[in-house]
Amino acid sequence: MAKEEAVQVEGVVLESLPNAMFRVELSNHHLVLAHVSGKMRMNFIRILPGDKVMLELSPYDLTRGRIIYRVK
Amino acid sequence: MTGIVLKTANELQVMRLAGGILSRLLKLLEQEVKPGVTTKRLDIIAEQMIRDEGGEPAFKGYYGYPASICASVNEEVVHGIPGNRVLKDGDIAGIDVGVRLQDYYSDAARTFAVGSVDEQSRRLINLTREALGLGIDQAVEGHRLSDISWAVQSFAESNGLSVVKQYVGHGIGRSLHEEPQVPNYGKPHEGPKLMEGMALAIEPMLNIGAADVEVLEDGWTVVTKDRKRSGHFEQTIFVGKVQAEIVTE
Repeated sequence: MAKEEAVQVEGVVLESLPNAMFRVELSNHHLVLAHVSGKMRMNFIRILPGDKVMLELSPYDLTRGRIIYRVK
Repeated sequence: MTGIVLKTANELQVMRLAGGILSRLLKLLEQEVKPGVTTKRLDIIAEQMIRDEGGEPAFKGYYGYPASICASVNEEVVHGIPGNRVLKDGDIAGIDVGVRLQDYYSDAARTFAVGSVDEQSRRLINLTREALGLGIDQAVEGHRLSDISWAVQSFAESNGLSVVKQYVGHGIGRSLHEEPQVPNYGKPHEGPKLMEGMALAIEPMLNIGAADVEVLEDGWTVVTKDRKRSGHFEQTIFVGKVQAEIVTE
């Protein structure tokens, strides 16, 4: 059975929340709650409000996402 | 990307058994796909045989999916729900099945010609099968994941077929869908390095017309937007040192 491709979108970090969670505004102005992917934690990449980031959204819950990298 | 689970030799052995059931089932279904049969009938045959062999139909109940097989006819790309539709001479029928055996999964699909089909459909079926083969050829140690994607896309597009992008292949093992995603498009030499112990379900979905697809009101059936025909082949494979092993041949 084919897997539905996880959606990748770009957004801007609005605020940093406890527990390595972030509120991110997408280019279509939707707000999502995002956590940081494990790999980014390991490499200790700081994410600050105002950073542009790439998010992966689950097609099953479009209000939550995973930050996969920071766009330079 | 993190999250790719490498399988032990014992785990691969169970997956081979799950793949064996699926191989035999698809050969049986090939005999049953003919003008006059309903897709529901194929679903009943599949579920019966999987259970007779001690497995379970992996799709039944997956995110609420109501059947044991997906039967996607003509313009249907994937995830067609079996029902009262009667296959006609000249149709093409994509049959996708998953088997769970002792907590491990196998997943495979074939597109069959129903009776005699036109030249364009025959070509679609042959090229989709060939694209899958070229993708599988890339699944060896030292290559990267997107080498598979590139092999499928470059072959498909050079033959005038378009690649469905919203649905992808996937890792497989203790779950039907695991990391990584295996897209059928992308530049070569990107993504994780392939190594022994990885199990992947590679599944090109190729269209005669445009690549765009949409989901019907049933929430499952994916069709091409231009309603032209689509082909789908899938194998569960293990990445090998010199050659991939196909477990659902």
